[in-house]
Amino acid sequence: MDAVMLARIQFGANISFHILFPTITIALGWVLLYFKLAYNRTGDIKWMDAYHFWVKVFALSFAMGVVSGITMSFQFGTNWPGFMERVGNIAGPLLAYEVLTAFFLEAVFIGIMLFGFSRVSNWVHTLATVLVACGTTLSAFWILVLNSWMHTPVGFEMRDGVAHATDWFAIIFNPSMPYRLAHMLIASGLTAAFLIAGISAFRWLRNDRVPAVRAALRTGVTVAAVLIPVQILVGDMHGLNTLEHQPQKVAAMEANWETGPNVPLVLFALPDEEARENRFEVAIPNGASLILKHDPDGVVPGLNDFEGEHPPVAPVFWSFRLMVGIGVLMLVVSWATAWMLWRRGDLSVWSARVLVAMSFSGWVATLAGWYVTEIGRQPWLVSGVLTTAEAASAVPAPMIGATLAMYLAIYAVLITAYIGAILYLARKAGQDRPTMRPTAPKTPKAVPFPAE
Amino acid sequence: MMHLFGDPAVWLPVVFAGLMGVSILIYVTLDGFDLGIGILFGGAPEPWRDRMIAAIGPFWDANETWLVLAVGLLLVAFPMAHGTILTALYLPVAIMLLGLILRGVAFEFRAKVEPEKKRNWDRAFFVGSLMTALSQGYMLGLYIMGLEQTPWTIAFAMLTAVCLAAGYALIGAAWIILKTDGQLQRRAVRWARRAVGLVALGMAAVSMASPLVSPRIFEKWFSVPEIILLAPLPILSGVVLAGLWMVLGHLPDRNDRWDWVPFAGAVSVFGLAFAGLAYSFYPYVVPERLTIYEAASAPESLMVILAGTLFVLPVILGYSAFAYRVFRGKATDLRYD
Repeated sequence: MDAVMLARIQFGANISFHILFPTITIALGWVLLYFKLAYNRTGDIKWMDAYHFWVKVFALSFAMGVVSGITMSFQFGTNWPGFMERVGNIAGPLLAYEVLTAFFLEAVFIGIMLFGFSRVSNWVHTLATVLVACGTTLSAFWILVLNSWMHTPVGFEMRDGVAHATDWFAIIFNPSMPYRLAHMLIASGLTAAFLIAGISAFRWLRNDRVPAVRAALRTGVTVAAVLIPVQILVGDMHGLNTLEHQPQKVAAMEANWETGPNVPLVLFALPDEEARENRFEVAIPNGASLILKHDPDGVVPGLNDFEGEHPPVAPVFWSFRLMVGIGVLMLVVSWATAWMLWRRGDLSVWSARVLVAMSFSGWVATLAGWYVTEIGRQPWLVSGVLTTAEAASAVPAPMIGATLAMYLAIYAVLITAYIGAILYLARKAGQDRPTMRPTAPKTPKAVPFPAE
Repeated sequence: MMHLFGDPAVWLPVVFAGLMGVSILIYVTLDGFDLGIGILFGGAPEPWRDRMIAAIGPFWDANETWLVLAVGLLLVAFPMAHGTILTALYLPVAIMLLGLILRGVAFEFRAKVEPEKKRNWDRAFFVGSLMTALSQGYMLGLYIMGLEQTPWTIAFAMLTAVCLAAGYALIGAAWIILKTDGQLQRRAVRWARRAVGLVALGMAAVSMASPLVSPRIFEKWFSVPEIILLAPLPILSGVVLAGLWMVLGHLPDRNDRWDWVPFAGAVSVFGLAFAGLAYSFYPYVVPERLTIYEAASAPESLMVILAGTLFVLPVILGYSAFAYRVFRGKATDLRYD
């Protein structure tokens, strides 16, 4: 394998590993705030119990996100030195603002949020929770601005082969940013919601059905049921935006080779780039034209218009189907369980098992979605400005391969340990439950239960 | 506005080199103490470990963010240098990252897994901290040697690796002296005393090696009047190290009123060493190859960052100080409630 491909796999592996955790923490921060505010308002200890359980998951996820994020900040330089040399004048300030406005905010206040409950007043602790949630969301904002700009670059001019910013407002609010940001934030909401619902269902199945578990379960299912239709709508809008700015990506998503009207929606196919056709195609007539142009006679772009300049078809095509498939599954599961909770007031064993199985479904959908958009941008790193190959470093392939193997090994260990630790926390929470509980918000120290 | 202080292509790179330097100094000081505690973790008996963790628990995350800021400033302000330095240091960077990953997550995992697995994460915390410190020291050594890789420069880099790890152990022990009491504190005094010697050796080695490697640096230090003006730097370093050694001999004192002195001493040592290095290498960002002026981004982009930095950095310093204030005093058990 050549060095560029290895560098891509290495960066892709790291960024894939990284995104798993912010995807949880971005939304979980706001859910924790909701638990905290519900406790402040009602004084019902179940909300604080839910908070104390999920804040541990948050802390663990946060640490995983921080360490893999540090890795990323170095890999920009080790793997893609050409990126900063060519577009550093634009990427640089955006990354700097992420560090300055988001990273420090979350890193400093998470200390108070986690360990400061008995050291600061209740409102300062709530404020720390707000600031951490703001920090994670701001971080998502800046990084998605930069990522969107790489897809739809505007507001700059090239001088001597280097990009110079001409309009910061245009750069920040570039054409794909609002759609991508909304799509990602809702994806985070769904990921956290299904994790909360799934782990709560896991505890429910173990007969750990205390009020805190039920409250978290209800929160997770409700958030999921509300967000998923919004996500489908936003996803559609994002797709139409991509059609406008990156038609070759949409052509690859649909595995459509020829530009024309009445393009079918391909449900299954093995795209063959050599022969430039689909094998074993199963398709709905006019489907793609209907979805993308809202008209059966709508003209949909085909890959043959972009020969040699379009992304690899099969990975984009399949990732897109995986993402959409999970989205549909999320819709069915969240609405069915929400209906069940509303009508019967409780889960059935089977619905609980389905929720457990869906615990990490948000991860799979998020990764699949990122593969669609990132592989879909190839061969460009910054659309029309810089190709991925141009940005690569001169580090020899064996060294990239060796460090890649090292990263993959550690990521495999950490993912296993992470899921294992969450399940252990869930089992343990059901076992060592203090019998007496403080009831008023003013006596947090009455029955301490340790963090470890 | 941009031309208020003269040509921005001249002063902006200096300002950003300064900001980057300050970030690096804050990073090695702050993450230095929590990395140091990770290194000392290896020799600490189990009952003390939770307490050592408690002394850094609320802080380590923010401490590490200064590294992200430092490398971020290198990335955004000196993109040419960022690529050159990081590809030259590809392998030690990878090892450092692995170390940072291991120790960062071990921190959380050790408190959340089954009791029988806790020991493994304790080991990961020690190994990760040591790997991080050694690879950072190794990178410092290679950087001083102009990023050349010969058997001699590698040997020198290995020496700086050990000495930087000792420096971190020193400041880590000093933090324990400040944040704990009793037996652990007494042991930390012994750790600190042992580290002082290695730190002195490291500083002497770097001071002698860098002028020998670079005629330019030799010239900067040993011509007149520089040699007289700069004399306070090594003399002061020696005095502080000797003073630290002596003070440690008398700690812990009866009322624990001087528990902050070793930490203050260690911070001064770090500051002095940093000042010496900064003086030697200015105006180069890649030693002998690329100056900060050649490597800098476009002035317009730097202005955009600077405006934000001048506004946000004081706020960051303010709330960081607040967090240290919230967790002031001797460390107590870490609790989420």
